[in-house]
Amino acid sequence: MASAIIVDGLEKSYGTKKAVNCISFNVNQGEIFSLLGPNGAGKTTTVEILEGLRERDAGRIEVLGMDPWRQGYELHKRIGVIPQGFSFFDKQKPVEAIQYYAELFGVKVSAQKILEKVILEEAADTVFEDLSGGQRQKLGLALALVNDPEVLFLDEPTTGLDPQARRNLWNVIQGLKEGGRTVLLTTHYLEEAELLADKVAIMNHGEIMTSGTPEEIVSKYGSGKKIVIKGGEGVYSAIVRSGISGAFRNDNGEVSVPVRDRRDIISLVTSIESAGVTWGDIRTEEDSLEDVFVKLVGGTMDEGELRSKGVREGNSP
Amino acid sequence: MNLKRVYADFKVYRREYLRNRLGLFFALAFPVIFILLFGAIFSGAGSSSVAVYVQNLDANSNVSAAFIQSLNSTGVLNVKVVDISGNLSNYLLSHSLSNGIVIPRGFASDYENGKSVNVTVYTDPADSTSGIVLGAVSGVINGFNLKRVGASPVVGLNSATVNAHSTKYIDFLVPGLIGFSILTSPMFSMVNVTAEYKKFKRFKQLSLTPLTKGEWLVSKVIWYTILSFAAFVLMVFFGTAVFGANLRLSLIIIPFLIAGPTLFISLGMLVGIVTKSIESAGVIGNIITFPMMFLSGTFFPISTMPHFLQLVARFLPLYYVIAGLNDVMVFSNISTAYYNLAVTVAIAAVIFVLAARLFKWKEK
Ligand SMILES: Nc1ncnc2c1ncn2[C@@H]1O[C@H](COP(=O)(O)OP(=O)(O)O)[C@@H](O)[C@H]1O
Ligand SMILES: [Mg+2]
Repeated sequence: MASAIIVDGLEKSYGTKKAVNCISFNVNQGEIFSLLGPNGAGKTTTVEILEGLRERDAGRIEVLGMDPWRQGYELHKRIGVIPQGFSFFDKQKPVEAIQYYAELFGVKVSAQKILEKVILEEAADTVFEDLSGGQRQKLGLALALVNDPEVLFLDEPTTGLDPQARRNLWNVIQGLKEGGRTVLLTTHYLEEAELLADKVAIMNHGEIMTSGTPEEIVSKYGSGKKIVIKGGEGVYSAIVRSGISGAFRNDNGEVSVPVRDRRDIISLVTSIESAGVTWGDIRTEEDSLEDVFVKLVGGTMDEGELRSKGVREGNSP
Repeated sequence: MNLKRVYADFKVYRREYLRNRLGLFFALAFPVIFILLFGAIFSGAGSSSVAVYVQNLDANSNVSAAFIQSLNSTGVLNVKVVDISGNLSNYLLSHSLSNGIVIPRGFASDYENGKSVNVTVYTDPADSTSGIVLGAVSGVINGFNLKRVGASPVVGLNSATVNAHSTKYIDFLVPGLIGFSILTSPMFSMVNVTAEYKKFKRFKQLSLTPLTKGEWLVSKVIWYTILSFAAFVLMVFFGTAVFGANLRLSLIIIPFLIAGPTLFISLGMLVGIVTKSIESAGVIGNIITFPMMFLSGTFFPISTMPHFLQLVARFLPLYYVIAGLNDVMVFSNISTAYYNLAVTVAIAAVIFVLAARLFKWKEK
């Protein structure tokens, strides 16, 4: 499949601060690609360089086969952008804003249709300053769609929205993919990346820790499937005695055992049974993208938001 | 330069401006309020007669009556005879008046008998009219002396003012307030717009559309030029219709109404660009705008200001705009108007280029 975006060895510093440290990734045409990382990871810097708004220090980049910094004027006709913290002129209505963009791009559009696409018809005549946070972001999306772009850059489109507005916007973003558009989405909401993206790159301190489909990332960095058994000391020692390795006693009276094969489960249960100890519920468990993220970034999850522990501690995978 | 894009941006800016109302208030309502206020307060000024209060202690004499009549017919003095028994200087003091004349008792008989007699003139040296009063009174006294000895004057006087017509305060106020509007409306909004656009990354956002920096700037120049024409029409209308201002119009006013706003759009942008926050931009903007507003001949003609401030004024760009408008509208002096236009255009060009250079759509 053809690449819509190619990033190879991209670097960018602000003074002595290295914001982006030699990152590489490809985004295929028609794909939703998510840069997932906590604040300050370097997502916006990366995206702005790809949009041709910032000059890079080093590396090769291509968006739709163009160099964004040198061919920005041509590129801008073919991309759509919601900048981080999008805002518009206070006294303009969405219809007027869309008309403005259409005239700037020299295209004929039906404002009504675009508003329908982003589910904003009900606020068509509300001036920007009176729109809700979610409606504002939808207007941003509407404006990004005016020139019928091939690539969309959405920089934290749902940050600061309430859960319902966020879910609402997710529906809209999912709808965009149907048109075959390529979308580069940055977010610090794990759920958002997991739900919307075909591919995810986890970014921290200017570096990409890993990338791939969410499943690929989990299977690569996750600890694999585990069996978790309720039971105390007796269960644990029975497992150890039977020669099964890697058993681990949790604080909450559970024992977890990594499994590589389905038959491991049978030998495990047999060994506990034959030891004659009492055991409770048994279930299987697998690392989530969240577990992987916490492992890779050394961060925490806070109400669905990724937070990096300490900003300057070097976190190499 | 794509005019469709200029027009698209112009429409959005105009809408934002009109819906905000505050800008419109500064650009048009403020100057109208000022012209009505200042016009009403100072409508008497500029008429050239000076009030003088005369105490005639030699009442019922032909000579004193003739003397008062002569004072009146100088045209410079507006004689008001006060009928009091007390001391005239006390009267002047208690009524906050500056100029008075006492015609002494026995004035007529002393005059007819050729006996020396003195008319007392009270003036306030701090008041600029004192010289006028002293001069006019001594002129009248001279006339009476000549007549007494039967001589006729050898040297006569032809009176003429410097202008073909006499100028009044309102004549200066109209161009001054047009200048006020040309200064304040672009300055106040562009300082804010530039700082705000920077903060909210609007320039970045616009740079993602085909709109160019030049097109954006031109659309602002067009809008503020329209506002300056509107201010011009309003000021000329109120000045002439309400206060009878005597103004001359000429096509050379038009370049002032374009170069002026361009100058202050650029200056406002420059302030917004070089400052770090919206707040500091506002402060710096005010530091530049307010002195210029008062010292460039906006509310009072420059010639009435102390010499030192007149020198300061020459460093303020607005001075040349207002001086040029005065040249055309008040003095009909087209050649100096061209000079002031040239200076205005030159300053506008320099600041425009500077602002356009420093004004970045994108960051490195
Ligand atoms: N204009 C700038 N000047 C200096 N430092 C900046 C600038 N923009 C971003 N940074 C720094 O670069 C790093 C990456 O920022 P950014 O790309 O905005 O990250 P993210 O979008 O992932 O939150 C941060 O440490 C931030 O403080
Ligand atoms: Mg960001």
